[in-house]
Amino acid sequence: MATLTLSAVRKQFGSTQVLHGIDLDVADGEMIVVVGASGCGKSTLLRIVAGLETPSSGIVRIDGRDVTALEPADRDIAMVFQNYALYPHMSVFENMAYGLKIRGQAMPEIKRRVAEAAEMLEIGPLLDRKPRQLSGGQRQRVAMGRAVVREPKLFLFDEPLSNLDAKLRVQMRAEIRRLQKRLGVTSLFVTHDQVEAMTLGDRLVVMHAGRAAQVASPMEVWGRPADTYVAGFIGSPAMNFLQATLAGGGTAATLKAGPTIAFADGARPGADGTPLTIGIRPEHVTVSPDGLPLTVDLVEPLGSETVIHGRLPGNEVLVARLPIAASDIGAVLPLTLPASAFHVFDAAGVRMGG
Amino acid sequence: MRKKVIFKGIALPWLLLLPQLVITGVFFFWPAGQAIYGSFLREDAFGLSREFVGLENFRDVLADPNYLAAGWNTVVFSSSVAIGALGVALFLAVQADKAIRGADAYKTMLIWPYAVAPAVAAVLWLFMFHPQIGLFGKALNGIGIRWDYKVNGDQAMLLVIMAAAWKQVSYNFIFFLAGLQSIPRAVLEAAAIDGARPVRRFWTIIFPLLAPTSFFLLVVNIVYAFFDTFGTIHALTQGGPGQATSTLIYKVYVDGVQNLNFGASAAQSVILMAIVVALTAVQFRFVERKVHY
Ligand SMILES: Nc1ncnc2c1ncn2[C@@H]1O[C@H](COP(=O)(O)OP(=O)(O)O)[C@@H](O)[C@H]1O
Ligand SMILES: [Mg+2]
Repeated sequence: MATLTLSAVRKQFGSTQVLHGIDLDVADGEMIVVVGASGCGKSTLLRIVAGLETPSSGIVRIDGRDVTALEPADRDIAMVFQNYALYPHMSVFENMAYGLKIRGQAMPEIKRRVAEAAEMLEIGPLLDRKPRQLSGGQRQRVAMGRAVVREPKLFLFDEPLSNLDAKLRVQMRAEIRRLQKRLGVTSLFVTHDQVEAMTLGDRLVVMHAGRAAQVASPMEVWGRPADTYVAGFIGSPAMNFLQATLAGGGTAATLKAGPTIAFADGARPGADGTPLTIGIRPEHVTVSPDGLPLTVDLVEPLGSETVIHGRLPGNEVLVARLPIAASDIGAVLPLTLPASAFHVFDAAGVRMGG
Repeated sequence: MRKKVIFKGIALPWLLLLPQLVITGVFFFWPAGQAIYGSFLREDAFGLSREFVGLENFRDVLADPNYLAAGWNTVVFSSSVAIGALGVALFLAVQADKAIRGADAYKTMLIWPYAVAPAVAAVLWLFMFHPQIGLFGKALNGIGIRWDYKVNGDQAMLLVIMAAAWKQVSYNFIFFLAGLQSIPRAVLEAAAIDGARPVRRFWTIIFPLLAPTSFFLLVVNIVYAFFDTFGTIHALTQGGPGQATSTLIYKVYVDGVQNLNFGASAAQSVILMAIVVALTAVQFRFVERKVHY
């Protein structure tokens, strides 16, 4: 159990800057999910915390102690890899006992801890098997078990669920969450899957091209995204972005699609005519008789709801998630965009107020 | 899953097998048959007639102190060559692997020669150890070590061991490097996080994962040292001084070609043949079973 602090962590591979100064404070027992598109530097960040990579500059502290220069072995952490990285020549028991043996634990203690972890993860009957005799889900559990028995200060997960099929992934996700809460071990979990991120994290770090675009709780990230990247990345289907300009002395926005709509949450700074981006989530769009006409060009029925893609006047693309039965392609639906659901971003894509 | 092809007639399969069968027949079964046949015969002193003597050649050979000495030489020689060639190759491969892990260009370049080279390399190594190796000895004598492998049997043995081992290092190196490269990086990283330092990682992760490769190479190296080092020994020491570097394979040549003792030489060949068959059988059995991942 420990805290983790990253201060201005940068990483360069040759001339490529992969991390542009990451700052992060993780509280004791917290589960932080690092989420972002592939290649944005998530694994690099995790590997720096693990000690498998050295940062080009910046400091990593575990429990207040500067560990930047320490070997992985001296950091008292455990990591679960995407492809499990089990020792192929060792039995499940030996895999789990390896780290304990190296740390000089006595055999009875090792046996006790392995048995305990095995019971917790329901892999007791597999202890004598070799990794190659296990299914993907079982390997995943063994990899978890190997991390758990160590009772480390920090759990690191690098996309541990992405090799599992959809059903197992959901099941393991819940299990990891339960386990982490029960053990209370501070954790850093890397994923590219926003649903995984939302459901697992106490807080999210949304990464974009080597920067932490936003660090906040899942609901905060969803409700008040810091910029258009985060807004578009979190939520499915993705948020709509409509072109607009500031109007009414900062109290309203004139959409390219036509109407001028007053903000529900106060004025924004700037002169009238300043270009804006208005974000609105598909599920916040409503149907009403006097709404904007949407010409439907794609319909995705989900059962209880329907996702409708179409175009507003001004050729603006809009996706709406509506509790109505599917309508026909080419039909015109009158839609209302409630001001209370607006996310206002400036020309650079940064959130403005509200 | 390999697809099973079923031929209708028997002509085509035989036709397809024919070239291989002819080659195996002419270059293996025929001489092997000759050797087995010859091992039961004895020529008179002038080579004019042969008579059937049963197992007498074998009895004589196995009772001959020179043969037993050559056997002991072979044990010393082969185990030293195998251990030396494997140890040096493993060391080099580990160093190379550290330097080039992940660098695909290097990897390809280092493994490439194996695909092209065997024949070319063999000739190269042979030339490097041709008798005019004076260079080496001169330097040693220069620094005050009395180096003369033509007189000193132990030095002669050391020399042929080094020459033969060196010739085999590159072969082993390629296999070890390929073996090292096939160990997933994440497995080693997991061990590092589990607290294992480099030396411990080597002995508990890398070495066991290389075991199938090592075992395969051990057998290949022993077979090499037993049967494929005639040229090296012949070029360097001719089995001397005295019998100091005469191994079993070399003695076959000496007795058969130089001493024209046809029966004894044939009997020795048959014994060697039995050894290689046994080694191959051991290899097949173990390699099948020992691969544990
Ligand atoms: N060892 C390395 N050498 C050079 N470039 C690297 C190395 N590791 C990662 N990168 C680069 O850094 C970027 C981020 O990689 P990574 O952290 O693995 O991304 P993610 O895990 O978010 O998909 C990628 O563009 C990748 O090519
Ligand atoms: Mg990654």
